[in-house]
Amino acid sequence: MLRDITIGQYYKTDSILHKLDPRVKLFGTLVFLVTLFMSNNVVSYVLAALFVAVVIKLSNVPLKFIFRGLKSIVFILLFSVAFTLFFMDGERILFEFGIIRISVEGLIKSLEIMVRLILMIIGTSIITLTTTPNDIADGLEKAFGFLKVIKVPVHEIAMMVSIAFRFIPILLEETDKIIKAQSARGANFDEGGFIQKAKGMVPIIVPLLVSSIRRALDLATAMEARCYRGGEGRTKMKPLKYKTADYVTYVVYALYFAVFVAIKVLM
Amino acid sequence: MSGIEVKNLHHTICEYDDEGNIYEKEYALNGIDLTINEGEFVAIVGHNGSGKSTFAKHLNGLLLPSTGDVIVNGMNTKDEAKIYDIRQYAGMVFQNPDNQIIGTIVEEDVGFGPENIGLPTDEIWKRVDEALALVNMTEFRHKSPSKLSGGQKQRVAIAGTLAMKPKCIVLDEPTAMLDPTGRAEVMATLKKINEEEKVTIVLITHHMDEVTAAKRCVVLNDGKKYFDGTPREFFENVENVKKIGLDVPQVTEISHKLNKNLDFVNKNPLFIREFVDNFVEKSKNKPIVVDNSVEMVEKSPFEKEKIVEIQKISYVYNDASKYKTTAINNISMDIYKGEILGIIGHTGSGKSTLIQHLNGLIRADKGQIFYKGKNIYDKDFKMSELRKHVGLVFQYPEYQLFESTVLEDVCFGPKNMGADNESALKMAKRALKMMGIDESYYEKSPIELSGGEKRRVAIAGVIAMEPEILILDEPTAGLDPKGRDELLNNIRRFRDEENMTIIIVSHSMEDMANLAERIIVMHNGCIEYNDTPQNIFKEYKNLEKIGLAAPQVTYLMNEIKQRGIDVKCDIINVDDAVCELEKYLQ
Repeated sequence: MLRDITIGQYYKTDSILHKLDPRVKLFGTLVFLVTLFMSNNVVSYVLAALFVAVVIKLSNVPLKFIFRGLKSIVFILLFSVAFTLFFMDGERILFEFGIIRISVEGLIKSLEIMVRLILMIIGTSIITLTTTPNDIADGLEKAFGFLKVIKVPVHEIAMMVSIAFRFIPILLEETDKIIKAQSARGANFDEGGFIQKAKGMVPIIVPLLVSSIRRALDLATAMEARCYRGGEGRTKMKPLKYKTADYVTYVVYALYFAVFVAIKVLM
Repeated sequence: MSGIEVKNLHHTICEYDDEGNIYEKEYALNGIDLTINEGEFVAIVGHNGSGKSTFAKHLNGLLLPSTGDVIVNGMNTKDEAKIYDIRQYAGMVFQNPDNQIIGTIVEEDVGFGPENIGLPTDEIWKRVDEALALVNMTEFRHKSPSKLSGGQKQRVAIAGTLAMKPKCIVLDEPTAMLDPTGRAEVMATLKKINEEEKVTIVLITHHMDEVTAAKRCVVLNDGKKYFDGTPREFFENVENVKKIGLDVPQVTEISHKLNKNLDFVNKNPLFIREFVDNFVEKSKNKPIVVDNSVEMVEKSPFEKEKIVEIQKISYVYNDASKYKTTAINNISMDIYKGEILGIIGHTGSGKSTLIQHLNGLIRADKGQIFYKGKNIYDKDFKMSELRKHVGLVFQYPEYQLFESTVLEDVCFGPKNMGADNESALKMAKRALKMMGIDESYYEKSPIELSGGEKRRVAIAGVIAMEPEILILDEPTAGLDPKGRDELLNNIRRFRDEENMTIIIVSHSMEDMANLAERIIVMHNGCIEYNDTPQNIFKEYKNLEKIGLAAPQVTYLMNEIKQRGIDVKCDIINVDDAVCELEKYLQ
C-alpha cells in the first residue's frame, strides 16, 4: 500500500556518480537545469538528452528504476502537452473543431514542453537516486554555509531535512497501521462525497499527529541526551572533501556549459 | 566523588490556571536519596507511574530537581556549564528503538554523539568501530536502521552512548518493546559491558527476570524509595512485592507457595538451579501420596463448532524494493467457537499477517477462508459484515484514539456499523464497563489517562462492536504486572460470560501458558505446531531453536527431572507446579 510510495529514493549500487561529492552533484543539477531552460532548438535538446543519457549510464541505476519516477507525473505531462497542443494559436492550422485548434507551431511547442519536462524530471531524480538523503543534507549545509553570516540557521535546516528523510518510512508505516486499525473498527475511507471523505480522514490524521509529536519529543530528548547542542563546535564523522574526480567533474560541467552557450550563439 | 549521588530529590509537576496560579501540584518524585557507585548493575523497578522514568532523566540532567540535588561524578546537574560533561558521563537509552536513532545508517548514528562533543574525525571513527564491536553490530554498520530487528536497534542505541565513553548508562525500559530473542540480546550486551568495561548500568524494567540479573535493586513506589538492596532481599517478601503491583520470578513464587504448607526452604530461591538443589535435598524420590485422581478430561476442541476455517492461504509482500517476502505460506487451520487460541512466533514469523487475514484487512494471494461456512472471498460476501463479527485490536491500540472524549471514541466503531446514537452509546457504555472503566472517565480526554487505562479504552472501542471473535495483538506489551493481570482477567471474562472466541498473539510465554487453551506456533510463515500449551511447551528445546521459549516453571520441572526425581514435566503454570511438587515433599 503506502509503502510503495518512493520519495527521493536512493538506489544503492556502486558507481562513479555515487562516489562524487554531493556538492558537485548539486551544482551539476543546477547547471543542467539552467541549460535546459536556455535550450530553444533541436541541437541543444539533443545535447541535453545526450548529457542525461551519459549520466544515467555512469550511475549504474537500471532504466526501469529511473522511468518509475515519471509515472507520478504522467497526468501533469499529458495535461500540459494537450493544453498547448489544442489551444495555442499558430499560423499554419492543421485541424480545427470548435475552440480546439491544432497548429504546426502548437505541435512543435507541445513536443518541446514534453521533452523539457521529461528531461527535467529524469535529470533531477538522478541526484536523489545516487546520493543518500544524509549526503544531500550535508552537501546543502556546506554549500550554503556562507549564509550563516546573515544568520540563516543552515545547520539546523540541514539537520531537519535529514531527520525528515529518516522518519519518512517510519511515518508511512505508521499511517498504514492506523488506517488498518480504524478499518478494523469499521471506518470506510472510500465512500461518500468530498466532505464525507475529508471528515473520514480525522480518525487517521489525529492519531498520526499525536504520534508524530510524541516521536518528535522522544527524539529531541534522545538527541539532548547525546549532547546535541546545534552546529556550534560540532565535528563530522564523514567530512566532505573534494577528490580529483570531483574537480574533473567540475571541468566537465564547464565544457558542457561552454558547448551549450556556443550552440545558442551560433544557431 | 565518582558515581552518582542523589540527595533528597523532589520533582514536582505544577498545573497552572489561566491566571498563572498553581491549582494542582503533583509529586512525581518525593524526596529520594540514593548513591550509585561506579561499576554497579542496578535495576530500578516500580509500577507504571511510580516515577521511574522521571528519576532516570534526572541522572543526566535531562530534568532538573525541583528541590534537592543530583551530583554526577562530583558535578551538580544544576550547574549549566557542566551539563555536557554530565551527559558524557551518564549516557541514556530509551524505550522506543525507532525514536532514538538519528542517523540513516548504523555507523552514522553511532557517530552522532562523538560528533556533538566535537571530537576529531579519526577519533570518531575509532570510537564508532570500538562501540560497534562491543555490541556485536559491526557487520551491520552500513545497514539502514529500518532493516534491523528491535533487539539490534537497541544494541545500536547502546553503541551510540558507548561511543561517548560513558562511565554509566541509564536505560529506560529498553526491552519493553522487544521479543524474547531481542531481550536476551540486550541483556547479554549489558552484562558484557558491565563486567568487561566496568560501565555502571542503571536498568529500569518491568521484567522480573531482568531484575535478578542485577546485583542491586531499587524499588520506587509513588515517587518514594520503597526498597534498596539485593534482588534476593526484595523478592524474599512475596506479599509485599505483590502489594505494590509487581511480580516475583515464577521459581520464587512456587517456593513461596510450597513454604505455606510445608517447611521447604528458609530463603526463597531466585534461580532454577538454586531451587533444584534445595528440592533434591529435601524431597523423597517417590510421591508419598499416590495420585489416584482421574486425569482431567479436557474437552477436545475438535468437538466444538468451527467458526473459521482457513484453507491453504499464502500471502507475499510485494514491496517497492527488489525483495519479495513470503509472509505466510500455505497455511490451513480451524478456529472453534468459544476457545482461547494463542499464536506465538518470533518477530517476522507471519503472526500479524495471519490475523489480518481473519477480518479481511489483507487478502490472501492463494487459498480460501470460510467464516461460519461462508467463503469471505465470494463476491456477494460483505467485508463490513465480517469486520463487525471479527474485532481486531492492534498492538499499542491506544495510539489510535482520536476523539475528544473517551465515550465518543468508543462509539466510533458502533456508529460505523450503522448503530444510531442511542444504541451506540449503550454499546459503548457496556464495553467500557466490561473493561473496568467507570463512568467518571466517560467525559475525560483519552490523552489524560494513564497508559493502562488508555489501552483498556482502546480495547473497549473494539468490544463495543460486539464481535464474535476478538483478536488481540500483544495486548499486554508495555504494561506493568498489575495492569497485565487485570487485562488478562478481563479477556478471560469475555470468553466465560459472552462466549466470545479469543485469539491472542503474544511474546509472553507465561501469559500464554496461563490463558490459552490451544497454541499455534508460527515460524517463517508456516505453522510449526498446533496443540495444547502443555504439549507445545514440552518441546521447549525446539521452541528455542526458532527464537521462542517456555515459561520458567517448565524449565524448572525439566531440570528437576534431569536430577533424577520423576516429576511430571508438562507443567506450565505455578499452581500446578506447586501441586505436583508438594507430593514429593510431604
